[in-house]
Amino acid sequence: METISKTNRRDFLKLGLTASGGLVLGFHWSNSSALAMGVLNEAALPAGDINFNSYLSISSDDVITIFSPNPELGQNIKTSFPMIVAEELDADWKKVKVMQAALDTKKYERQLTGGSGAIPHSWERLRKAGATARQMLMEAAAKRWNTSASTLKTDTGYVIHPDDRKLTYGELATEASTIPVPTEVKLKDKKDFKIIGQPIHNVDNLEMITGKPLFGLDFYREGMLFAMIQRPASFGMKIKSVDATAAKALPGIVDVVTFKNNVAIVGKSTWEVNKARKVLKVEYEKEGNIESTSDHDRMFKELLAKPEATVKRKDGDVDAAFKSAAKVITREYQCPFLSHAPMEPMNFFAHVRPDGVELVGPSQTPDMARNATATLLGIAPEKITLELTRLGGGFGRRLKADYVLEAAELSSIIKAPVKVIWTREDDMMGGSYRPAVRYRFDAALDANGKLIGYKLRGVGINSGNPTREDNFPSGAVDNLLIESVEHQSPITTGAWRAPITNFLAFAEQAFLDEVALAAKKDPVQFRLELLDKAKQSPAGAIKYDIDRMKGVINLVAEKSGWGKKKDLAQGFSVYFSHRSYVAQVAEVEMKKGTPVLKKIFAASDCGIVVNMSGARQQVMGGIVDGLGHALYGQVTFKDGAAEQRNFNNYRLIRFREVPEVEVHFVDNGIDPTGLGEPALPPTGGAVANAIFKATGKRLYNQPFSLQEEMKAVKLGEKM
Amino acid sequence: MAAYSINVNGESRSVDVASDTPLLWVLRDSLGLVGTKYGCGIAQCGACTVHVNGTAVRSCSLPVSAVGSSKITTIEGLSKDGSHPVQQAWQEVDVPQCGYCQAGQIMQASALLAKTPKPTDEQIETAMNGNICRCGTYHRIKEAVVLASSKMK
Repeated sequence: METISKTNRRDFLKLGLTASGGLVLGFHWSNSSALAMGVLNEAALPAGDINFNSYLSISSDDVITIFSPNPELGQNIKTSFPMIVAEELDADWKKVKVMQAALDTKKYERQLTGGSGAIPHSWERLRKAGATARQMLMEAAAKRWNTSASTLKTDTGYVIHPDDRKLTYGELATEASTIPVPTEVKLKDKKDFKIIGQPIHNVDNLEMITGKPLFGLDFYREGMLFAMIQRPASFGMKIKSVDATAAKALPGIVDVVTFKNNVAIVGKSTWEVNKARKVLKVEYEKEGNIESTSDHDRMFKELLAKPEATVKRKDGDVDAAFKSAAKVITREYQCPFLSHAPMEPMNFFAHVRPDGVELVGPSQTPDMARNATATLLGIAPEKITLELTRLGGGFGRRLKADYVLEAAELSSIIKAPVKVIWTREDDMMGGSYRPAVRYRFDAALDANGKLIGYKLRGVGINSGNPTREDNFPSGAVDNLLIESVEHQSPITTGAWRAPITNFLAFAEQAFLDEVALAAKKDPVQFRLELLDKAKQSPAGAIKYDIDRMKGVINLVAEKSGWGKKKDLAQGFSVYFSHRSYVAQVAEVEMKKGTPVLKKIFAASDCGIVVNMSGARQQVMGGIVDGLGHALYGQVTFKDGAAEQRNFNNYRLIRFREVPEVEVHFVDNGIDPTGLGEPALPPTGGAVANAIFKATGKRLYNQPFSLQEEMKAVKLGEKM
Repeated sequence: MAAYSINVNGESRSVDVASDTPLLWVLRDSLGLVGTKYGCGIAQCGACTVHVNGTAVRSCSLPVSAVGSSKITTIEGLSKDGSHPVQQAWQEVDVPQCGYCQAGQIMQASALLAKTPKPTDEQIETAMNGNICRCGTYHRIKEAVVLASSKMK
């Protein structure tokens, strides 16, 4: 996580006039407090190490243009970022035009989408950007009226004189551009926010609902070729031979090219390429381990039993605690591989020319993609432009640049502009999966039901550290051991929305539910007591905010009427991830012996809510995402090949399968802490705990719908 | 390759493609109508939904040779300016997240409401269950369908 250090200085560069006249302001971010600032015009911007993180321009005809640098994949950043600038500018939101910025490391930093980090990272600088421009507009008005700026105020796009005369920002923009950039500006009192916190609609709505070309797959360039790539169906295999004779003979096919482990079919249309692919003959041979899900099952058992593991955290004396325990509870949980399956499959456009490279498409990490392309092609990154399209979902899949590199390499070979398109089957078979992990939890209770010992071991397949060793209940248990074991596999894995915690939260919260029951305590009360213990006598370092966690627990308990509903089975869960806190209560009703998931309550603490409409979407969508994958999601492997290849057998949650969702936010006024991921992790646990309450059946493995315990359980299909 | 003349959004369009080319790729690659999306290619996700004589059809699984004289409507032809009641409702409810599936959702919903202007909850669920939204905007889709229904003349 990157945070804004309060001691750093943020400086602002004025960049001169826009083409139509008016003010252009760059927001200069520097760690050097001694850096001298000057008034510059855009052409004179130094090409060195100066970073700008956004642009704002005000034209003399009153159009306020705000460039949004971060990739937009549905997290609504393209609406939320400009809202923050517009708030401090005191602009009329109706006159704000938002533009997606291309990759530009000289102007922007952290131009990526991941880790729920964009708003926390940029909050202060975006506010200051708006406030600085507002101050300059007031100075310009003060000059014109021959008064002091301190006597003036602003309101929704106007600077207002004490005698009620007013000037629009557009009228003042050209004069404002001659004002020295103020070094200190006053930010609004949060209670005066007019735009932040409002349900502002997505700035791309009209284009999306009328079918305008916004996405990478929609990008078209005259003369562009289309390509699909045949990759090995099994992980651990490599190309032995290629026979492209039949494929090349088909209409519309321009070339068939082999590079690395890829056979690219290049043609004049998507369908012609797709047809040629079916007659392409590629033989593969073994290169590494060929693994199946049955192998993984055996391996998980061995690695859970293995004496050695990487110790991630150790507090107190765990062995002594478990020896003295009155009751020990041990449970295992199986997390399956998942596909990211964004609705827009992977694709990228590349045109490698002698004088430079043009890349266009959907990427969560454009800077990394460009640098990787530069390394691949052996050219300077400055020779590469990368234009961002809207992303038809990401979920972590587009953090990787594999599909960008394929396009660049193919274009460099065929010396032509080309768009590489993945089919859904390519996406599910050649993917980057959520790693499969098996967890074992052990809890030791004393005779009074006090949790005196806690152990967790996570065994992951290319998962990195599958634990979050400093998360709750760490710090609340005196004797604690968190360990991880890694298995290296040819199956490629990567971050999947709320990496690791998307499953770990379920396992932990389902386990704590069992432990609470064994301790004869109410599950909510049990957590609150542990948090009190962590506050009063912490065991080791506390890396979460106890009060914020208690805040969401108490809010969801209140809103859901926890423990007060006689004919509904409630399940509770709470989790801290990516700096934010979300507690959920799921409600299951028994209907003719069948549990029906009726409703999920969510209480979130993400600090100040920037956009109430977008924030509610992130919580509702996160819950639907968490629920759907807990119920249905898994990728299994047979001889190194994914067995689920499209939506006919990789089941995603559908319309009639989602319960009602009620969303609440803790209003604590702290700076935003991120919301793209944190609502997802708690859902599986809340639902599993409610199903237990209703049926007496515990769920340990996902997907729930395929477990033995669920044979007698039919989840309701009611919205 | 063969020449086909198909009626798209009220206009007769000529294309020269193989007879098994799905309407989806004719729309996208031959006619540049990219509002209709590719999501799965096997009629499982609904992203490619268009109207064929007013009925919602998955264009990824309809070969151009089977289109004949049917009237095709795509998202671009639903209205020129987003003024169709379903499109208006989608904006008012602020439905999209990533937005990729939404054209298909809108085409599905508008076909439902054209035939059943006042659908029951069950009819909405049945009609919309074939369209996947990976972002999970289902609650707002439902809200928007209900709102659009109230706007239908």
